Amino acid sequence: MRHFRETIYKWIFSVLAFASLLFLTGIILTLFVESYPFFVRHDISESIFGLYWYPTYDPPEFGMLTLITASFVVTLGAMVVCIPIGVGTALFLQELASASQRAVLKPLIEILAGIPSIIFGFFGMIVVAPFLQRLLGIPTGLNAFTASLVLGIMATPTVASLAEDAVSFVPRSFREASLALGANRWQTLTRVVVPAAGSGISTAIILGIGRAVGETMVVLMVAGGAAVIPHSIFDPVRPMTATIAAEMGEAVMGSGHYGALFAIGLILFFITLAINIVAEIISRRFRLKLGLGR
Amino acid sequence: MQVQSAGCFAHIFSRLLFLLIFAPVVSCFDPEAGPTLTIKGSTTVLPVVQIGAEVFMDRNPGVNVSVQGGGSGVGIASLIDRTTRIATSSRDIKAEELERARAAGVHPHETIVVMDGIAVVVNPSNRVDNLATEQIRDIYTGRTSNWQDLGGPDREIVVISRDTSSGTFEAFEKLALEGLKVRPGALVTASNQVVNTTVAQTPGAIGYLGYGYLSHRVKTMMVDGVRPSVETIRSGKYPLARPLYLYTDGKPAGEAKRYIDLLLSEEGQRLVQEQGFIPVR
Repeated sequence: MRHFRETIYKWIFSVLAFASLLFLTGIILTLFVESYPFFVRHDISESIFGLYWYPTYDPPEFGMLTLITASFVVTLGAMVVCIPIGVGTALFLQELASASQRAVLKPLIEILAGIPSIIFGFFGMIVVAPFLQRLLGIPTGLNAFTASLVLGIMATPTVASLAEDAVSFVPRSFREASLALGANRWQTLTRVVVPAAGSGISTAIILGIGRAVGETMVVLMVAGGAAVIPHSIFDPVRPMTATIAAEMGEAVMGSGHYGALFAIGLILFFITLAINIVAEIISRRFRLKLGLGR
Repeated sequence: MQVQSAGCFAHIFSRLLFLLIFAPVVSCFDPEAGPTLTIKGSTTVLPVVQIGAEVFMDRNPGVNVSVQGGGSGVGIASLIDRTTRIATSSRDIKAEELERARAAGVHPHETIVVMDGIAVVVNPSNRVDNLATEQIRDIYTGRTSNWQDLGGPDREIVVISRDTSSGTFEAFEKLALEGLKVRPGALVTASNQVVNTTVAQTPGAIGYLGYGYLSHRVKTMMVDGVRPSVETIRSGKYPLARPLYLYTDGKPAGEAKRYIDLLLSEEGQRLVQEQGFIPVR
């Protein structure tokens, strides 16, 4: 009887575990199937390097370079914001903060991580954009800079908590050895702890990038939505995710526009896949380096 | 001690979050719900059908009217795959859509319930009062890029457009741009409200809105010397005006017919006028 129940439990949990594999396969399959007609009918390099995105005109133009560039610019900007803040927070929490400071900061960071992206979008649109517009005297506050800033703030908790985990994995003996050799706390931090946790911190940063690349609501609301190659960081841009979100509603099913949006989705999928693979490789190396095995 | 209290706080917070997420799901399963009339489509028509739905449900307590936005294209697509009884649209049904409807055995029937004007709006600080249709076209296609060329101060024009799934965009493109392309550098926003907010916040901005969404936060422009109003839009004197449509599968029947009749009644037309639209009768 007991054996029978165990078998049932085993089966139930196996099915549950494989469910996500099923969803993943379904999603990948859909992306390929729906974008396939587009890749057959259009030259891939012409689309990827094309400068004009006019999907609803006749004849339509599906140049995606402006959209891809926009995603890169905004993500890069977000990294400039979230890497120093996120990694700095992690180091502070692990190495310098007292127990009471940590008790306040950690839940706050978790709350920041739990705020829905649309709220960040609202905040960016109503508060940050007009403020920057007046402060800098630029024509519009809805631009790549504002989007980077808001995205960076949004990605900070991801980077901070993952980097903090990485720093906490550095064995106590490393620090003790360093201090025993006469290094002060700063030297221990910069020459022992950070290098030891380096690949873990890199993983945190890369996953932060993944969060920023895929974010949709914030860029839809704050980036401005102009499909141009930006000349400066203060120009409005139109990232890939915002394009899909804004246009999927109207695209006639099976049309060229519909296929093009799925093609963008596929490109986006490959970008995040690459990011995840790199993160996985680095974190595996990190575990070996600290002797945690496997 | 402090560590513990923080943990406790996090625990309460996560409980709260759980409630917030799942409470609406639970409330969806209302066992007393009667027949449902779904209306889906253009966000421009949304205020019209919304007010109609409220009055309709008051009169017919057994019927549940569900109103959704999404865009004219979404509405018509839903009519074709039979997930909505009434589709709202701020443009004519396209030949492509009509073909797909026929293939699916759906026969879209068109009812014009109300007229809408597209207002061109600028920031209240802007001194320019009137634009010719050609000037609007030049601004949106990128031939004019400074207010100086239009009698205003030396300030870059921030062109605000709508995404391609917006019925307002399609109508504006047809009425004002005559099929020319909006310049790539134009800001693309997702709703009438965002246009309002952005134009109100941006001194050099120009945007366009459904007449029903005009607010006191923006300045309405005269187009070809005509100010948009109920009279000028209905008479056709104002150049940027269009009818708004409801589509049903075949002639409206049952609840859909009663609903449309309500909108077309004297009272319904007065209600839509209160929403800033222009009655057809």
